[in-house]
Amino acid sequence: MTGPTLSPISEPRRVDGASRAPSDSIVGVGSYLLVGVVFGAILVKSEVVSWYRIQEMFRMHSFHMYGIIGSAFATAAIGIQLLKRSGTRALNGEPIVVPPKQLGRGYRYWIGGFVFGTGWALTGTCPGPLFALLGTGASVLVVVLASALLGTWSYASIRGRLPH
Amino acid sequence: MDALMKPWPWYVAGPLIGLFVPLLLVLGNKQFGVSGSLRSLCAAMLPSKAAFLKFDWKRAGAWNIAFAAGIALGGALAVQLSGSPTPDIAAATTKAMSSLGLNAANGLLPSEVFSWSALVTVRGFVSMVVGGFLIGFGTAYAGGCTSGHGIAGLAAFQVPSLVAVIAFFAGGVFGTFVLLPMLF
Repeated sequence: MTGPTLSPISEPRRVDGASRAPSDSIVGVGSYLLVGVVFGAILVKSEVVSWYRIQEMFRMHSFHMYGIIGSAFATAAIGIQLLKRSGTRALNGEPIVVPPKQLGRGYRYWIGGFVFGTGWALTGTCPGPLFALLGTGASVLVVVLASALLGTWSYASIRGRLPH
Repeated sequence: MDALMKPWPWYVAGPLIGLFVPLLLVLGNKQFGVSGSLRSLCAAMLPSKAAFLKFDWKRAGAWNIAFAAGIALGGALAVQLSGSPTPDIAAATTKAMSSLGLNAANGLLPSEVFSWSALVTVRGFVSMVVGGFLIGFGTAYAGGCTSGHGIAGLAAFQVPSLVAVIAFFAGGVFGTFVLLPMLF
């Protein structure tokens, strides 16, 4: 079941691109750390890290999470269009690329998405808020993180046998 | 300063979060997303013969590990500076919580479910261990999570991301209305 539609999280071209380009310098990696700090703080200040907020969302009792995801989507879409139309380049001089995702038969998106959504409801957290919550001192969430790593590892191990 | 200390409304936080998509593209052609860090951490820490984890994580994955570490630091910083938020949850949700046998919402997580001592209970184990596994398995399978598909993918008008987001919510509704009442 391997084929061109099996492009993983980081598309092969990104890995290829990364092996062509020099790897991110210490300064470069440090800048992503800094960007992460700001992102993590926003996730806490907007209460996206709250288990109860996620329950509110799935029960459709509040607009809060829909407002956040919706306005983030709109801002990001405008940002991408502005970058494309202005021909802005990345800081390292490369043209900016958003690799297209292939739908294929869509199984990976339907099944993988459903599996993740179930985990999202059970834990009340998705990967970004998971790291932020760890930072807030909810130490037991290292168990959730360890399980998530085991989940990713397990997917990697049986990937060839799954429909994509 | 007062506004910074209070919880941030959706119309402030949402657009700020959206800005991370163009920001990461400009910084180094990186696609906004967090679940990639799980894959990179696996490649860095766990032995595996799987092709999915055989990539040069130091080159391709160092950035998303740094990003994830930053998110944790940012979470710590926000709590240090302005305290842990106590969300003002919709009354209907509070009611649903009490019918599940949970105390009124306070803090970020129901401590009856998310604590070290709750790990040995069925609902604690399923919520944390099984739930965590499903997050890691599902995001790797689907190739992204809320940020990668729900924000960055949708914003680039990628059809697969729309499918993924619909499936995320279908799974979430299943978990909320079918699994949680069975567990709690």
